[in-house]
Amino acid sequence: MKLTLKIWRQKNAADKGGFATYVADHVSKDMSFLEMLDVLNDQLTEKGEDPVHFDHDCREGICGMCSLYINGKPHGPQQTTTCQLHMRSFSDGETITIEPWRAKAFPVVKDLVVNRSAFDRIIQAGGYVSVNTGGVPDANEIPIPKTVADLAMDAAQCIGCGACVAACKNASAMLFTSAKVSQLALLPQGQVERKTRAEKMVAQMDAEGFGACTNTGACEAECPKGISITNIARMNREYFSAVASSDNM
Amino acid sequence: MILDSKIPAGPLAEKWTKHKFSSKLVNPANKRKYDVIVVGTGLAGASAAASLAELGYNVKAFCFQDSPRRAHSIAAQGGINAAKNYQNDGDSIYRLFYDTIKGGDYRAREGNVYRLAEVSVKIIDQCVAQGVPFAREYGGLLANRSFGGAQVSRTFYARGQTGQQLLLGAYSALSRQVANGKVKLFPRTEMMDVVVIDGQAKGIVTRNLITGAVETHAAHAVLLCTGGYGNVFFLSTNAMGSNVTAAWRAHKRGAFFANPCFTQIHPTCIPVSGDHQSKLTLMSESLRNDGRVWVPATQEIAEKLRKGQIKANDIKEEDRDYFLERKYPSFGNLVPRDVASRNAKYVCDEGRGVNETGEAVFLDFRDAIKRDTRKIIEQKYGNLFDMYKQITGEDPYEMPMMIYPAVHYTMGGLWVDYNLMTTVPGLYALGEANFSEHGANRLGASALMQGLADGYFVIPYTVGDYLAQLAPTKVDENHPEFARAKEEVKQGIERLLKINGNKPVDYFHKRLGKIMWDKCGMARTEVGLKEAKADIQALKKEFWSNVKVLGTNEELNQTLEKANRVADFLELGELMVDDALNRNESCGGHFREEYQTPDGEALRDDENFAYVAAWKYLGEGKEEELVKEELVFENVKLTQRSYK
Repeated sequence: MKLTLKIWRQKNAADKGGFATYVADHVSKDMSFLEMLDVLNDQLTEKGEDPVHFDHDCREGICGMCSLYINGKPHGPQQTTTCQLHMRSFSDGETITIEPWRAKAFPVVKDLVVNRSAFDRIIQAGGYVSVNTGGVPDANEIPIPKTVADLAMDAAQCIGCGACVAACKNASAMLFTSAKVSQLALLPQGQVERKTRAEKMVAQMDAEGFGACTNTGACEAECPKGISITNIARMNREYFSAVASSDNM
Repeated sequence: MILDSKIPAGPLAEKWTKHKFSSKLVNPANKRKYDVIVVGTGLAGASAAASLAELGYNVKAFCFQDSPRRAHSIAAQGGINAAKNYQNDGDSIYRLFYDTIKGGDYRAREGNVYRLAEVSVKIIDQCVAQGVPFAREYGGLLANRSFGGAQVSRTFYARGQTGQQLLLGAYSALSRQVANGKVKLFPRTEMMDVVVIDGQAKGIVTRNLITGAVETHAAHAVLLCTGGYGNVFFLSTNAMGSNVTAAWRAHKRGAFFANPCFTQIHPTCIPVSGDHQSKLTLMSESLRNDGRVWVPATQEIAEKLRKGQIKANDIKEEDRDYFLERKYPSFGNLVPRDVASRNAKYVCDEGRGVNETGEAVFLDFRDAIKRDTRKIIEQKYGNLFDMYKQITGEDPYEMPMMIYPAVHYTMGGLWVDYNLMTTVPGLYALGEANFSEHGANRLGASALMQGLADGYFVIPYTVGDYLAQLAPTKVDENHPEFARAKEEVKQGIERLLKINGNKPVDYFHKRLGKIMWDKCGMARTEVGLKEAKADIQALKKEFWSNVKVLGTNEELNQTLEKANRVADFLELGELMVDDALNRNESCGGHFREEYQTPDGEALRDDENFAYVAAWKYLGEGKEEELVKEELVFENVKLTQRSYK
């Protein structure tokens, strides 16, 4: 296959940036999207041009490090991570536009690399159960209905890639935040700090400059792990009941 | 030099309890006066950083990824072992200990392995308390499954994403300590060197991957939790960024490197599809619980299959060779990883491989779907089947999967004593970065167990014992050693940037990987290893004269990061070959073709090789010195492993 690539190039955070056009020929359908970029980068290097920088690590769809806004969609045309996207999803002669995640809370670092540390700070605000190592009860002491454990696991599968923010016209981080709030609100271990957690995590989310949720559902549609927006509804309930009754904040 | 493993005397089951009691303690009010550096934020690093911060130490945690949550522990799929015996099927701490020692082909220390089995039960409690959503039965209690090489069900799991859930649990504990101000986090920061003052580790040199700034950090102890070195093979199931740099630089500063040739080749990975391939994807070995491994009984049928004249499902039952079930009737498809991998290689070498390259075998769920219904199989393995389909374009519910072995884990690593301390006082290695618990072969679901055991339940005791012997005064970052180490790092970077050759970094990395895979991979020979050594030396020379690293240090420069890591892989590769050449026996993942039983199984030589091979760095271009730690077995009898 022969493809035309329009790629966002930006030297650093201060640079204005712009699109550059490259031709990728000899692309095989069995390549992953990132392998296609690897080949392009080797060619650029041999020509003495700065390779395109992008984030990636596990290339198994689980670490959440890869991003890329491909043809107007986070992680491209399929509901997977970019590293799991293969070139068989494209056709010969196509033009592919590749951009970084676009959100105020995710500033561009270089080319397609963005800073997602805002997500870490949301977790630091309360995305945990406050137990120290040691001194915890036996794992089977508190039975948890399978249905509840399964729902918690559905939410816990979030990989923190930020596609939900990139997909949202308001750059809202509600899906990400609600996935963690839901996981811990569902489980008995999360009950003690349930109210403070919802309040603090939502407050941090707002402080980072993420937008509001207007229920368009774009996040759920683009989430590579299929995190459901019912988590957002759950977080809203958690948050409002916490605000109405809590003495925490 | 004599290596002292510091295994406490006394009965096996009492060693750890006794050792904890005899370890010195740091006064609670003094803990805040000690600084600890943790490099790497995977299971070992995140759990250690969180646990030490909870105790009151000041922790600095470093990772090269953009967030601690990305560390490669996240990709572990299958599960975590623990001797809970919740299933009433005969498990015990002793049995987990025994299985791990035997699975490691008797090349690990009894004392360490027993402790691992002992603390395994507490790990599950800890994770559940953190809100890790393990799989459960309808009655609400935790579910277990059996896993490669074990005859009891002791593996806890969270769908096919156990590593992710455990890591997110440890990450949450770490995040809590960041919020508490007890951990300072340094993401996108790579460790470049260890600072050793008067023989003790006192800090590290790092490079900020965004700005290129080379900085120093001082501490009373340094913990390397930096994972394994499987990427020396270029193609492996490791993440693209996984590297040996931190461990290797520590090695060059005096930490011995133990058993580097012990690498694990995992039997169930998606086969290579072409030259562009950047990494290999593992399919959890839990699949072997229900999938049956087979190839066509004859070369002729395999030939037709490869040419696309017939499909797998056309092949009649009597023309299928379920080779693991045939050769190992009692373990069948659940034999340990090294045995499964080697047998897949044999049948492919016989010309019975099933994909275009001839390097693949089938993993078939047809019978399991017939027996249990598709719905049950979907529940167990749904995400793995989806992943397989995504990568290969084929539907494993309809067609058998194709799998082939790939490099997955490295049992070797920095030599550590019972306290997890390297040969440099104050420098520790945890998790996959050390060599200690898995011997010559790791059993499935034991890596997660070891990472968390080291971080949650071992290091908090042993690092305290060391710190209690140091004065609670700040480490002086103005000591000239800091400036010297920093300058050396800067010069190393400069050197790479100046070469300005013709070939990209990956060109060298791929060639190194091919040498390692062909000659120091699943089967090794003296002749091949000697060739490999010469090949690597030549490649190293070429690298330093012809690699092309563009850009500058003072920016995000992914090529420079890679070049820096590959330079270390080139040196490590040679040591792996030396180690494989020295070990004139076959054991676990190390299979020397000259040493096998008449029926092709690994032939150990306990008389001459029941030792840990620890290597001491003697300087640029010099052969390393071998230092042996004899392994003492007081409780288990060394036998030929048999899974028949």
